[in-house]
Amino acid sequence: MTGLRRIIKSGFVSFKRNGIISWAAVLVTTITLSVITTIILLHAVLYSSLDQIKNKVDVTIYFTVGASEDKILALKSSLEKLPEVEEVSYTSDEEALNLFRERHSNDYPTIQALDEIKDNPLGGYLNVKAKEVSQYETIANFMKSDNTLVLGSASIIDKVNYHQNRLVIDRLNSIISGSQKLGFIITLILIIISLVITFNTIRLAIFISREEIGIMRLVGASKTQVRGPFIVEGVIYGCIATVITLVLFLPVTVWLGNNMKDFLGLDLYNYYISNFTQILGIVLLSGIMLGMISSFLAVRRYLNK
Amino acid sequence: MIYFNNVSKVYNRDSVAMDDVTLTVTSGEFVSIVGHSGAGKTTLIKMIMAEERPSNGSVFFESVNVHKLRNKDLTRMRRRIGAVFQDFKLLPNKTAYENIAFAMEAVGKTTEEIMTDVPHVLELVDLGNRIHHFPHQMSGGEKQRLAIARAIINQPELIIADEPTGNLDPVNTYEVIQILKKINDLGTTVILTTHNRGVIDSIGKRVITMEKGKIIRDDKDGKYII
Repeated sequence: MTGLRRIIKSGFVSFKRNGIISWAAVLVTTITLSVITTIILLHAVLYSSLDQIKNKVDVTIYFTVGASEDKILALKSSLEKLPEVEEVSYTSDEEALNLFRERHSNDYPTIQALDEIKDNPLGGYLNVKAKEVSQYETIANFMKSDNTLVLGSASIIDKVNYHQNRLVIDRLNSIISGSQKLGFIITLILIIISLVITFNTIRLAIFISREEIGIMRLVGASKTQVRGPFIVEGVIYGCIATVITLVLFLPVTVWLGNNMKDFLGLDLYNYYISNFTQILGIVLLSGIMLGMISSFLAVRRYLNK
Repeated sequence: MIYFNNVSKVYNRDSVAMDDVTLTVTSGEFVSIVGHSGAGKTTLIKMIMAEERPSNGSVFFESVNVHKLRNKDLTRMRRRIGAVFQDFKLLPNKTAYENIAFAMEAVGKTTEEIMTDVPHVLELVDLGNRIHHFPHQMSGGEKQRLAIARAIINQPELIIADEPTGNLDPVNTYEVIQILKKINDLGTTVILTTHNRGVIDSIGKRVITMEKGKIIRDDKDGKYII
């Protein structure tokens, strides 16, 4: 216990006395943590944009005029049982007519023509939303299949618009999976570059102390006694860099939230504040691990000499 | 206490630091090792601390071959030796107090012991007024006295002083040697390397003369003869 207390105290004292070298290490760690925070925010923007696009995609099954509502509802419940289906909403022919009238309320000739027909020329329809964009094909295939659940419905289905939308859906699907892959690769590259830079800066800070490490060993200090304070210093770099990073991102997200909300499709300030605990956790853990591991590896080099 | 058994150290074919050295140092002795630069004095000292490995032969501390010790045991052995170097080897970012406290912490002394012993040993080497100074704020003589204070704080069985007066003026040299003699009078074995004739002649104890890695003289009450 005394040993641990001494190591922690020594780490803090060294951090203070190393002055500009300590702050250089903090600065570089801050840059790395800023990269990580930026990546977290970019992911949020990417995923929210992708979600918005995904939400705009659906498949509509139009029924013939006068199709029996029981049959439609039976099809609805069988569709809901599919694991790929997120939601099925039913719009009856009456509702379809009302919606049509609303939409064309300013289009007088159309409304007049409708009034002249008297009967409802529109059929009901089912709006199907899949969990993933890639699953629309499965749902469309289900509709085409000889499945007994669907069989009775074949006569009442007027058209399914999947086949018209197919090209768009496929393209969206490849854009989404492409963006996710690209995002992952960019994230990985940025993180690796930042890690290497931080590791080298901390290694440089310890390189200055290499003679000191040798003296400590000569005086009879154990490896833990020598290594401990350097690791504590690494943890301090991580903690201070975390605080600086999170404080810096506050005005940045406020600005982005105020000015770029429409462009990004997401209020980044709200996202930052509502996910603050998770972001703090990720950034703090990354900072501490980065400082600790870099110091550990850098000291090991001189300890074994 | 220390036994060198046919020890050689060859860096490369043209550079032989030690050539078949056999030597015994008994407990309580004050042994001075003299010789020109490159005679092998520092290599001999580094062998005892296991900082260098011999190319041939073996070095024993008590009855233990120091080069066969595992890392942990080596650390334990080093705690029984106090070392003083020409370039002081003080921790630059620690004050005089902290430099000595660090050596005490290394052997697991309590905070109370550290708080009592450190000021005491600093008084002993006449550095009572330099307790919170950093090494860069001290003169050469003060640094060396601090290094000696650090070397003796844990009451080691052996003090190794590698050219401790190399960077000092005559007054400081005299003071440092007097301290080493006092330590030896109290029963601690001292091994001193130097090429300072005045120092050797003033000590009047065993002198080993080295040349080109070999021991060429070993006199009980030696003088500096090269």
